[in-house]
Amino acid sequence: MQLKNTQCNANIDTHTNNNSKKMSIKSKLTMATCALLQAGTPAAQAETGDWDIDTAMLYYSEADGRVSIFEPVVSASKEINEDEYLKFKLVYDVLTGSTPYGAVPTTTEQTFTKPSGNGNYTTPAGELPLNSSFRDTRFAGGVDWIIPIDRLKRVTVGGNFSKEFDFNSLAASATYAQDSSDRNQTYTFGLGYTSDTWDPVGGKNPELTYMRIGGTDQNGKGGTDSKATTDFMLGLTQVINSSTIMQFNLGMSSSSGYLTDPYRFISVLESDGTLTPNANLPTDAYPYLYEKRPDKRTRNTFFWRTVHHLKEDVINFSYRYFTDDWGINSHTLDFRYRYELGGKHYLQPHFRYYTQSSADFFVNYLLESNVASTKFASADYRLSEFVGTTIGLKYGFEMSNNSEFTVRAELMNQTYTVQDEILAEQQGLDISPDLNAMIFQVGYNFYW
Amino acid sequence: MFRILLISGLLTSLLGLSACATVQPWEKGLLAKPSMALVADENEIFLDEHIYFSKEASTGGQGVGGGGCGCN
Repeated sequence: MQLKNTQCNANIDTHTNNNSKKMSIKSKLTMATCALLQAGTPAAQAETGDWDIDTAMLYYSEADGRVSIFEPVVSASKEINEDEYLKFKLVYDVLTGSTPYGAVPTTTEQTFTKPSGNGNYTTPAGELPLNSSFRDTRFAGGVDWIIPIDRLKRVTVGGNFSKEFDFNSLAASATYAQDSSDRNQTYTFGLGYTSDTWDPVGGKNPELTYMRIGGTDQNGKGGTDSKATTDFMLGLTQVINSSTIMQFNLGMSSSSGYLTDPYRFISVLESDGTLTPNANLPTDAYPYLYEKRPDKRTRNTFFWRTVHHLKEDVINFSYRYFTDDWGINSHTLDFRYRYELGGKHYLQPHFRYYTQSSADFFVNYLLESNVASTKFASADYRLSEFVGTTIGLKYGFEMSNNSEFTVRAELMNQTYTVQDEILAEQQGLDISPDLNAMIFQVGYNFYW
Repeated sequence: MFRILLISGLLTSLLGLSACATVQPWEKGLLAKPSMALVADENEIFLDEHIYFSKEASTGGQGVGGGGCGCN
């Protein structure tokens, strides 16, 4: 999953006449998480006892019969005592479709072992190999408890879990937030710990070994493994002027353990691009090598967000710089423009641009002559150099009973850079085709 | 080296920002609007982060904690 948002904003104002129930509860909650408040805000606005319920349903669908995700989310928050809040979130994912596991296309039919090790599947000549047995459901949830220390300080403690049939995750976090006395700044310090356990279908594949033919001896395949991640974050939220607020975060994340993807592998080719013949492989093996990643990773992020109010409309812009010790650097720009249509309707165009460099050990394929000297390798397209763009539009309508309905539709594209030489066998074949996906979401927010 | 420069630049910027903030409580009417929240629609950002976490090599920047996912 992803890191959760630290919600920091300035949406309490007792000098605003529009003190709807919705606004007051939301405002108090955002204040409690790390908001900037004007000095002297009385705490009498909230409708203590009401649940603020946020629901959303996501449908994500990739072109060419690849992955589809159906994902409902329900969040609920409530003020349990003055300035003390509980927030819950439940998520259910259903994933279906086909996904590439790292092999390149060839002009011949290719056969692969199923993840279970018990059978085989084939990919027609000239096509990007996809595993069509990709199915998963995930159930995840979390709770945050926001505890006031005094008028300017608060702590948020949280816990999250995520459960799939082959993966379990448990996480805990704590964030301290302190406002300046004039409430024009909020300083935050966050700490998080996540423990993940893999129990892959058919067990763990021995890293950097050849795939064994399904139904034969699997060369020691089996077992589970785990990884742990520690996150730190330093943040500042700053009121710039009466219509602009900025947020700056520095993040550091350190992971160790089993960071390899248990299902991914790499094509092993001859110098002309054909698959390595059986004669050069171990007994009962296919010419694919299970990937291996380093067992440590340190990630650093710098995040900057600006929210600016124009005469009616609102611009929300963010930039993130990411760098890690696997050689990946990335830049993410995100731009949302809330265009007020009047009468509590709005449109919100969204544009996102993302670019990343490849991991040091990313390969499109391995030559058989290089296998013995390989220490780490992955053909996971997500570790390659690529550019991602998303463009979308959201429509929102605030109803009279303080509820809000939203719907959005977006198109996403990823275009990858092929790093290794295209060999004779792959001439004319697309070894790293674009990913195109559609995002559709409806949301409904109400009080109960 | 880049990180040192980045952190130095950031700290300098933050000190500068802290020094210039003079917005008074009664000037925060616009900032108080829900549409001015840093994250105005939490579920939307949550779902976006899940999508991009599973499709990109980068993650994080906005907070700590959260649960893992076998998708990446």
